[in-house]
Amino acid sequence: MIRIQEEDFDLGDEYTALKKNSRSPGAIVTFTGLVRDLDGNEKITGMTLEYYPGMTEQSLAEIISEAKQRWRLDQIKVIHRVGKLVADDQIVFVGVSSAHREEAFLACRFIMDYLKTRAQFWKKETTTSGERWVDAKSSDRDSAEKWKQ
Amino acid sequence: MSITILYFARIKEALEIDREELDFEKDISTIQQLVSFLGLRGEKWQTTLAEKSILVAVNHTVANFSTALNDDDEIAFYPPVTGG
Repeated sequence: MIRIQEEDFDLGDEYTALKKNSRSPGAIVTFTGLVRDLDGNEKITGMTLEYYPGMTEQSLAEIISEAKQRWRLDQIKVIHRVGKLVADDQIVFVGVSSAHREEAFLACRFIMDYLKTRAQFWKKETTTSGERWVDAKSSDRDSAEKWKQ
Repeated sequence: MSITILYFARIKEALEIDREELDFEKDISTIQQLVSFLGLRGEKWQTTLAEKSILVAVNHTVANFSTALNDDDEIAFYPPVTGG
């Protein structure tokens, strides 16, 4: 299940829903990404997130589908926030349930690595010296590439 | 032929446009030809669309400059993604 929304989400509610919707989960792994308050030494006061309605959902669905082909998983939930956020806000949630922890851990990490390099989201940071679009990081590309080996 | 073009993030701000509908009688059959056509609008368009990192999608599917265009296609130009 995929949700792209401006509103915040509640980790407890998401965990409860994953547990309730899973058949016999031995493991639930969740990841939550937050807005950092520093980029290098510069203070980040806010962030605006843009996406491509239609295509972004499709890209996330493809990532989830690939995770399901690689591992035996039960439920998968991805939430990504868009619009205006401030430091410490929650941006992204990935929750995976599976019979075994190994698969849940791997799938959660895989989904995040691919989301960061394949899903159409763009961040614009507001700092004390103005606004700027965030550049894609080669470390994120390297993390995603590792899943191809 | 009629197409819709969407621009996102840095590309949208550089070109000062987020969306346009284009009708053309001229023969534009690939993304590369579309980019050349848009480049006729001036230097700002030429430099922005010539950025090495620019990505393109046709009808929500990642494409490239040799991808063919068809009537009613939705084309999107965007920079590398930075979500998560």
